[in-house]
Amino acid sequence: MPLLEINNLHASVGQALSPANPGREILKGIDLSVDSGEIHAIMGPNGSGKSTLAQVLAGRELYQVTSGTVLYDGKDLLEMAPEDRAREGIFLAFQYPVEIPGVSNMYFLKAALNTVRKNRGLEELDAMDFLNLVREKMKLMKMDQTLLNRPVNTGFSGGEKKRNEIFQMAVLEPRLAILDETDSGLDIDALKLVASGVNAMRSPERAMVVVTHYQRLLNEIVPDYVHVLADGRIVKSGGKELALQLEEGGYASLGVYDEAEAVGKV
Amino acid sequence: MSSPPNTIETLATQEYKWGFVTDIEADSIPRGLNEDVIRLISAKKQEPEWLLEWRLKAYRHWLTMREPSWANVQYPPIDYQDIIYYAAPKSKNDAPKSLDEVDPELLRTYEKLGIPLKEQELLAGVAVDAVFDSVSVATTFKEKLKAMGVIFCSFSEAVREHPELVRKYLGSVVPSSDNFFAALNSAVFSDGSFCYVPKGVRCPMELSTYFRINAKDTGQFERTLIVADEGAYVSYLEGCTAPMRDTNQLHAAVVELVALDNAQIKYSTVQNWYPGDKEGRGGIYNFVTKRGACRGVNSKISWTQVETGSAITWKYPSCLLMGDNSVGEFYSVAVTNNYQQADTGTKMIHIGKNTTSTIVSKGISAGHGQNTYRGAVKILKSASGARNYSQCDSMLMGDQCGAHTFPYLEVKNTSAQVEHEASTSKIGEDQIFYCRQRGISTEDAVSMIVHGFCKEVFRELPMEFAVEAQKLLGISLEGSVG
Repeated sequence: MPLLEINNLHASVGQALSPANPGREILKGIDLSVDSGEIHAIMGPNGSGKSTLAQVLAGRELYQVTSGTVLYDGKDLLEMAPEDRAREGIFLAFQYPVEIPGVSNMYFLKAALNTVRKNRGLEELDAMDFLNLVREKMKLMKMDQTLLNRPVNTGFSGGEKKRNEIFQMAVLEPRLAILDETDSGLDIDALKLVASGVNAMRSPERAMVVVTHYQRLLNEIVPDYVHVLADGRIVKSGGKELALQLEEGGYASLGVYDEAEAVGKV
Repeated sequence: MSSPPNTIETLATQEYKWGFVTDIEADSIPRGLNEDVIRLISAKKQEPEWLLEWRLKAYRHWLTMREPSWANVQYPPIDYQDIIYYAAPKSKNDAPKSLDEVDPELLRTYEKLGIPLKEQELLAGVAVDAVFDSVSVATTFKEKLKAMGVIFCSFSEAVREHPELVRKYLGSVVPSSDNFFAALNSAVFSDGSFCYVPKGVRCPMELSTYFRINAKDTGQFERTLIVADEGAYVSYLEGCTAPMRDTNQLHAAVVELVALDNAQIKYSTVQNWYPGDKEGRGGIYNFVTKRGACRGVNSKISWTQVETGSAITWKYPSCLLMGDNSVGEFYSVAVTNNYQQADTGTKMIHIGKNTTSTIVSKGISAGHGQNTYRGAVKILKSASGARNYSQCDSMLMGDQCGAHTFPYLEVKNTSAQVEHEASTSKIGEDQIFYCRQRGISTEDAVSMIVHGFCKEVFRELPMEFAVEAQKLLGISLEGSVG
């Protein structure tokens, strides 16, 4: 049984006025199957629906699923609240990590970890054990310990925010990690650092869905499968060589146009 | 305002030998207000002649005053002749017979605060004959304070036992003619707390109405007077985190603080009066005058308040910084949810040299709540080297609520430094989703975000108060987002 199985998933954004007018449809029938231990890359031009797919899987209520099914570990994912999905091991590394002023990173992460642990039938970690765990994971991301005492993402640089996401992932040890444009806004050194953190977490018990616009991340995090998303549908799937093909020929080589680029050309 | 301590102790003290409630007949004073009613109140309390005169003077002045209308709050006109001005003990016949008769919403809140069943009954006003063993606790405290020379008792007791102190300080900070509600309070105040800390004494414990003996009938028009003599220190806690029901809709309390040379007073409040139901029906009108005078050099008065209750809050704990180098502080969290309205803030009046004041105000509005910060900083000509720092932050939850800020500044000395910062933020759907994606429930997320927002104020509260206040905020704002 695959860990994640998406069948004919349709999702819209905006107010559904009537069955005939369900808002703007963004996902127009996605099929995807992900097994434990696999890394799937979702590539595609801007506006193709990559981030929407990531958000829908995490349960963002901004989007309405209009049809299709998603099974996670055999359970109906779409029936689950976002926090329950997280507790069951789904982690989304946000494209734009959110700032929470006044709440320390440490406090936030401890609260998160303990809900996840509770769900797994484990005891809550006390302050000492938590600190030890966190120190170990921080080394992995080469993160400065002072970051722990700063408010969540507040005043962080773009690179620090992205590293903080992967650091949280390392602490929470999800079964399914969805990385949404984790490479955006990173210079090459930061990218390598983030990628090495992600690679350290590859495991036969864990699946990852890596959403990206660019091939360069996939040089560092080498996927097992690559899917190209265009206009809300997966138009092509293949092995890691598909990403290289895109790198050389661009999305146009697949007959897919980047919305932003297309607008530029007109 | 100040929740009368409807706690175990209070009930227990009903039959306590120092009880002052003994010979009062229920409902013996008719509705309405005139000089006879005031004479009757004074007579019932066996007050000295000077106090009666003081009350009458206040009443006569009150008659010439008009209810203030400048606050950013709305409520139907109050009929002052339809109020019973003597808080007689409540008849048990009117009280709910058991918790089954109490608003389930209220019970759910008690549950969440982890309040034991017996206390729940007390807070909800259930008619129970309870026997508790806490009298001894209160007595022990009282003995300890007495040994250090600290006077801490009900206002009535103070009038009887320490008339010279009361006479010296009563109305010296908030004159009976100060404002409409203060004048009304001065005329009819029922009871309250009195505290005097003698020279050089550091009060060894947080004083709380919770432990006060004889504090049953203080509800509607409460009067508090705290005096810290030279070099003394006292920390006073007022209120209770559990929401309290009260049949009196209008509350007009007065609190006066006096700090002499090198003295320090820390006054913390958690106010959680019944805010009315979700449609805004019922709920307490809380019109309070609180003021502290830093009379001595190097004296300090610090107000910390967490206001989550009441339908309407009208309250400006202030500091008169008279002594050179004196310090005034105001830390406030005010929450308005559903149809609550709060117009609150502070006044810092700099008179002495090198006086400093700090204002940190956090307003949280949810539902249809309206939250107004109104603050005045006045630097008089005499106040060379005065400094003020003000920070007013507002947080909005949802799109039906409002936040308003009215800072008034008046600077008459060119050597003064005044800073004001203000911000408005919104608890975003994105923040909540981020937390939920990490496994944290919406409820916990809101509580976490709000606590982060209020941190600077909470850290001013005594430890266990801070923990309760945080819980309380979470409950007050439950269901406001998402």
